[in-house]
Amino acid sequence: MRVVFKTSYDRDIDLHEHGRSRARIAVLLAIMIVLPFLVGDYYLAEATNTLIWALAGMGLMVAVGHTGQVSLGHAAFLAIGAYADSALMNTGLPFLVSFPLAGLVTGLFGALIAVPAVRMSGIYLAIATLAVFVIVEELVIMLEPITGGVGGIMAPSISILGLTFDRYAALDHFYWLCLAVVALVTWGYANLMRSPTGRSFLAVRDSEVSARALGINVTRTRALAFGLSSGVTGLAGALMGHYIGFFNYELFSIFISINLLLVVTIGGLGFIQGAFLGAILITAVPQLIAILRDNLVAVGVDLSGVPGLDTMIFSLILICFIIYEPTGLYGRWLKIRTWFEVFPLARRDMFRRQKSYLKTERMK
Amino acid sequence: MSLLEVEDLAIHFGGVKAVDGVSFSVEKGEVFAIIGPNGAGKSTIFNLISRIYQSTLGRIQFDGQDITASRAHDIAGLGIARTFQNIELFDHSTVLDNLLMGRHTHRRTNFVQDILFLPKVRREERQHRRRVEQVIEFLELEAYRKKMIAGLPYGVRKVVEIGRALATGPKLILLDEPASGLSVEETRDVAFWIEDMRRDMGLTVLMVEHDMSLVNQVSDRVMAVANGRTLAMGTPAEVQAHPDVMAAYLGTGAAA
Repeated sequence: MRVVFKTSYDRDIDLHEHGRSRARIAVLLAIMIVLPFLVGDYYLAEATNTLIWALAGMGLMVAVGHTGQVSLGHAAFLAIGAYADSALMNTGLPFLVSFPLAGLVTGLFGALIAVPAVRMSGIYLAIATLAVFVIVEELVIMLEPITGGVGGIMAPSISILGLTFDRYAALDHFYWLCLAVVALVTWGYANLMRSPTGRSFLAVRDSEVSARALGINVTRTRALAFGLSSGVTGLAGALMGHYIGFFNYELFSIFISINLLLVVTIGGLGFIQGAFLGAILITAVPQLIAILRDNLVAVGVDLSGVPGLDTMIFSLILICFIIYEPTGLYGRWLKIRTWFEVFPLARRDMFRRQKSYLKTERMK
Repeated sequence: MSLLEVEDLAIHFGGVKAVDGVSFSVEKGEVFAIIGPNGAGKSTIFNLISRIYQSTLGRIQFDGQDITASRAHDIAGLGIARTFQNIELFDHSTVLDNLLMGRHTHRRTNFVQDILFLPKVRREERQHRRRVEQVIEFLELEAYRKKMIAGLPYGVRKVVEIGRALATGPKLILLDEPASGLSVEETRDVAFWIEDMRRDMGLTVLMVEHDMSLVNQVSDRVMAVANGRTLAMGTPAEVQAHPDVMAAYLGTGAAA
């Protein structure tokens, strides 16, 4: 087990406790940067998709994992982000302006909704956000001049300083763009969580009454968290629009909302890393199932006629996680790591006490 | 002028008069205890002072300011901190983070600065940490700094909650049954800490407590309440000898 010898408070304030974890992040980032030279277009597109999902997952994680507000409406924020970005670009704004603006618009919309909605919690908030989703979906269809209605619109091609970031013409550039956005947001998110604002989010999640007694304005904190959450999700939506290219309201279905909840729950509620692990799982599983299907055909078993196989496997995974590992993939990883760190002194009941649920997971 | 003045305070939940016209005042630097049988309205008085409940009647004045209509989250900023009867800590954070959350009213940065983690945020964090370390030293919590609340024994959590209240840098601290569920040794520690809070930190303490040995040891004045009304007020010995108090606790005496 590694014990860090701390000589100043800065060691606790820093993002990383020791150089080794800083190095690990650097190596990971380096691999991500050179990825376009290592893999073909197919896998690069998949990696881009995973990054976008991780971004949206981080957005939802702020609300669900760190502030305890369950949302079933985040697909709506993806949609608002995507349409806002395309609409702004169509007015002639460059991507560098329209993209942050799209996030801002979505964030403000989210915060606006949050003001009445945050008075609710648990299942009631989930239903309220679901209602918001339905409203936004209808609005998208009705606002045909901007959104193209049922027909949908083409996301304009991105170009920054004369360099094209088109998803089809220059996938590697688009990948780097997504990577840069994700890296920036992750950095900001990690900063947030080590600052007073992040702590107030956790306070509101774990005990509203004592948060109030400590001087935290619960309504404002929740609205801020929900606004940030929808803002980041809006950014992800904008990228998703460019990634898909041509999209209509069907891209942002209720299933996207549910998949996003899967990302944060399976990944590990309350961990930024969880959003990434969840995104990897959610984007990789359909591919794995497809590969499995092909291989089974080779040995003479044809499952292509079985409908709903993907959904069934997804559901099974979710159920298993909720029963056996409520802390998600990242929680499991922490346990595995601890097991190795204290080897051979790990005890079976070491984590028993920690199997307490976050307020998010309980029905209030 | 008294630090805290409560006049004719009352709250009715439908037909239930949980607190029904209670008046008292707490002087600066005093340890004031409220005692009474279960359901007497002691914790309700606390919730009224910390503005979690809206009073039906009456007035609360703190430090010369009327707080009867203040919002719950403005109370901490004025200098009133509290603990809860059934520990209300942030279970999924470490002891250190819990104490740092107590510094919320002293934050000088907004969320944009926080996200960018500007040098100012770091400076502030160091400052908060220094204050929190003083509390950790005072309450001897050094061994638990990085431990999650969820895994801590009851006695330690109780102390962490007092620590979180102290971290806010209050003038008045409300302790809701600080000794309930504690062992004899732990209760003695609490008694010493209350003494030190008053003597070294210049705090005023208002507490609700059932443990009469603790009340006798630390409090200057005691108020006994039953059924939402004041029964007696005075030194611990006076109050305990009061016939109405004995009747309320033992169910005999005064009436007979």
